[in-house]
Amino acid sequence: MKLRTLSASLMLAGFGLASQPAFANISDDVIRIGFVTDMASVYSDIDGPGGIEAARMAIADMGGQINGKKIELLFADHQNKADVAAAKAREWFDQQKIDMLIGGTNSGVNLALAGIAAEKKKVFMAIGAAASDLTGAQCSPYTVHWAYDTVALARGTGSAVVKAGGKSWYFLTADYAFGHALERDTANVVKAAGGEIKGQVRAPLNSSDFSSFLLQAQSSKAQILGLANAGGDTINSIKAANEFGIGKTMKLAGLLIFINDIHSLGLNVTQGMQFTDGWYWDQNDETRAWSAKFEAKVKRKPSMIQAGDYSAVSFYLNAVKATGSDDGDTVMKWMKSNKVNDMFAKNGYVREDGRMIHDMFLMEVKKPSESKGPWDYYKQIAVLPGESVFTTLAESTCKLIKK
Amino acid sequence: MITIFGIPLQAFLGQLLLGLVNGSFYAILSLGLAVIFGLLNVINFAHGALYMFGAFLAWMGMSYFGLNYWVMLALAPVIVGLFGILIEKFLLKHLYKLDHLYGLLLTFGITLLMEGLFRSFYGVSGQPYSTPEALRGATNLGFMVLPNYRAWVVVVSLVVCFATWFVIERTRLGALLRAGTENPRLVEAFGVNVPLMITLTYAFGVALAGFAGVLAAPILQISPLMGSNLIVVVFAVVVIGGMGSILGAIVTGLGLGLIEGLTKVFWPEASSTVVFIIMAIVLLLRPAGLFGKEK
Amino acid sequence: MNRQALGYILFVAFLAAIPVLGIYPIFAMKIMCYALFACAFNLLLGFTGLLSFGHAAFLGGAAYASGHAIKAWGFSPELGILYGVAIAGVMGVVMGALAIRRSGIYFAMITMALSQMVYFFFLQAKFTGGEDGLQGVPRGTLFGLIDLKSDLNLYYVVMVIFIVGYLIIWRTVHSPFGQVLKAIRENEPRAISLGYDVERFKLLAFVLSALLAGLAGSAKMLIFVSATLSDATWQMSGLVILMTLIGGMGTLVGPVIGAFIVVLLENKVGDFGSAVAKLTGVEWFQRLGESVTIVIGLIFVICVLAFRRGLVGELNAWLEKRKSLSTRA
Repeated sequence: MKLRTLSASLMLAGFGLASQPAFANISDDVIRIGFVTDMASVYSDIDGPGGIEAARMAIADMGGQINGKKIELLFADHQNKADVAAAKAREWFDQQKIDMLIGGTNSGVNLALAGIAAEKKKVFMAIGAAASDLTGAQCSPYTVHWAYDTVALARGTGSAVVKAGGKSWYFLTADYAFGHALERDTANVVKAAGGEIKGQVRAPLNSSDFSSFLLQAQSSKAQILGLANAGGDTINSIKAANEFGIGKTMKLAGLLIFINDIHSLGLNVTQGMQFTDGWYWDQNDETRAWSAKFEAKVKRKPSMIQAGDYSAVSFYLNAVKATGSDDGDTVMKWMKSNKVNDMFAKNGYVREDGRMIHDMFLMEVKKPSESKGPWDYYKQIAVLPGESVFTTLAESTCKLIKK
Repeated sequence: MITIFGIPLQAFLGQLLLGLVNGSFYAILSLGLAVIFGLLNVINFAHGALYMFGAFLAWMGMSYFGLNYWVMLALAPVIVGLFGILIEKFLLKHLYKLDHLYGLLLTFGITLLMEGLFRSFYGVSGQPYSTPEALRGATNLGFMVLPNYRAWVVVVSLVVCFATWFVIERTRLGALLRAGTENPRLVEAFGVNVPLMITLTYAFGVALAGFAGVLAAPILQISPLMGSNLIVVVFAVVVIGGMGSILGAIVTGLGLGLIEGLTKVFWPEASSTVVFIIMAIVLLLRPAGLFGKEK
Repeated sequence: MNRQALGYILFVAFLAAIPVLGIYPIFAMKIMCYALFACAFNLLLGFTGLLSFGHAAFLGGAAYASGHAIKAWGFSPELGILYGVAIAGVMGVVMGALAIRRSGIYFAMITMALSQMVYFFFLQAKFTGGEDGLQGVPRGTLFGLIDLKSDLNLYYVVMVIFIVGYLIIWRTVHSPFGQVLKAIRENEPRAISLGYDVERFKLLAFVLSALLAGLAGSAKMLIFVSATLSDATWQMSGLVILMTLIGGMGTLVGPVIGAFIVVLLENKVGDFGSAVAKLTGVEWFQRLGESVTIVIGLIFVICVLAFRRGLVGELNAWLEKRKSLSTRA
């Protein structure tokens, strides 16, 4: 009887084998890029299938090939599980022989992927993750962190808001490592700029009701309410803040906001909110042109991460073209010695620790009367030079930095 | 200024009131679960997903058909109830003669299906829904400013809970329901259509969930994940109250809302786990739950 | 040699030959860990009749514990694994003692709520790294002899762990202790009337199940050199239930097959969706493929309604029917 079970399992194993993608010919005459991101869950709107499309656009703009070598894109959904992502990445490196790995959203996943890429000595580009550790304590010679990180957000928003007069702060923090990091980084900046912290309240992750915490914030009589949270928590706290009229006595400072969040909340609720962003579709003609192409395919305007996907892939492909090689070390060397000048960043550059330094922007959400249509949500208040918002080399905890 | 445990009385009362608002949601949801469990002996894991469905229906009604909040408040529970009838008739019915665990697993599968489908169509950022005109604004109660809508939530939840309790405990229909739980054969022998009663009970239970969803729509972002965040807490509430006890579900729901509200003030980080801690304590001291009877 | 033993020997030979056959070892290791997890879970569900909705706490707990021990305290891999298993065991004792007080559905809900508490603890504790997870755990050398950095070496170590775990379960089921567990599942009041201390047996089964789930968790941690929150969520608890359900509750081999199917599903559903989308030309299938949740939910519903005995269970039943039919002729 058990023999039958055995043969059944062998059959299934065979089926599993057969359904492996037919990339058994390992040829290095192809430039293969692997892209893992959250395709269907909490972060799917800010990156997800839109991000894949952006990467495809970058490949298409390169002509689909470099010096006769075809460019291929593999993608997968990590479902916010680090081991699904890790298994996929290892499979791609070992079996499909990818040359470059892209990490979409989710810091935990990106940290895991960075480790694997370092092991395999291949380039890893982290686009949508926020963890500054990627170029800090867990940096690697093969990691490039592209769009933003928690330090830049904290410094940008913190110092700019204090300079604009918002001196006393109260934090509503999501009670987990990311929230704490965001709160701590911002608090340091605020204090250094001469502001004061009136207090903070730590709300459990994925709380649905923030009314109680907001009431505590209001009774602190601080001028600014700093939202050290992300995603659904940010959306729910903004909505509740609006309901309780917090906006009448305090100004909201979001520490991690994406255009998709504003889109789903609506301008009525978010107007006047200030935050730091790395890119906006309506900044100049170049960004507008690219965003129109993106919107034609994806039916909505791109977020900073999706623009970052395009920019990072283009930069990598340029590196391959210039060096004529897809070897990890060669490409990394080129990337760290050349500037990034495209619709995403002007005079950006990749530092020794892998951090891509570029200007960030302080944005404010428009009033409904100021907006001409959907996605027309931001006005740019200030440019925050890259060198001043990202972790400086002197502060860096990366082992690659020689001090 | 009077202070209680170091915080001003005003703030304290304010937090209690907010806790009561949350407690109302817990009460309605655990009421639905208790009703379903009492008669069908099924743990309806899909309660969270159906609550989410109710909220989405409110939004769909507004966006696609221009139906306002008041219409959807009445219509959405009906639609959810009808959907519940479908689930019961075509899926749950087959499982009654089996171990109760299968009902739990089936509804778990339904939850995954519904959440996945909604997520696939609507993404996760959520849909906005504005408070109806009549309930906008806030009232200054002296010790705090309470949005009118939240006051409405408390009032309507208490009314609905009381009405349900009254029907089940004090009317003939309720008596039939309770008898059906104890001894379905006998009740059937009296000419009562027990299967129909069961179907309608399930429909009513999930309609309550849908109703809670519409109530929640203006407060929370309507997202496919809103149910799963809530359902585990509601389960704990039902375990603490004692499953199958209607009064127990209502009182425990409100009480835990209050306790959670207080925890948010004194120890905010623990506010999401306090319910489970209480559950563990209650289980040690009174395994059947505060109001439950040992089955 | 009887057919069962032959079957097992062939299977072990197949396992040993996997790297040579060209199947990706990491994939196979992942399946073995989940298979062990499912078998451990099945010991509780299929053989004792207790549905735990919080088993992910043991998987994740052991992964974090052993990961931390190896990374921060410099434990060697074998000590790290032992530590992870021990922690899972302690968690099993505490959770079991609380949950056993109730039975059936109440038991399931209590285990779910308790594992939620554990999840929140992991979310906030410093050493777990929270959302970022515990990363970069060095694989080390086993017993100072076998370098685990090589995927091939690790494969055989994991294979041995899987076989040992499976053997423990097999031995438990085919022992007097196992018979009492089955008796409890079939008819608890009767078992009590026969004089068995049912509570103690249930707790023992729970702890044993937790220990083995912990073993699976520690092994998985070594494979991926990381431990993350997704190991301890209630969705993971639901996943192991699905594995057992698909494979066949109450059978020994069932959960292994169930684990294989579910892991395959998780990894390939995207490709499957795109294939169907291309075939039918319906764009939506592409998105269906991207949603593992929908597919898993659908399978759950179908299994519970029509396929309760699971693959192996149905297979056994069909074979029994054939045997009885042939004897009748």
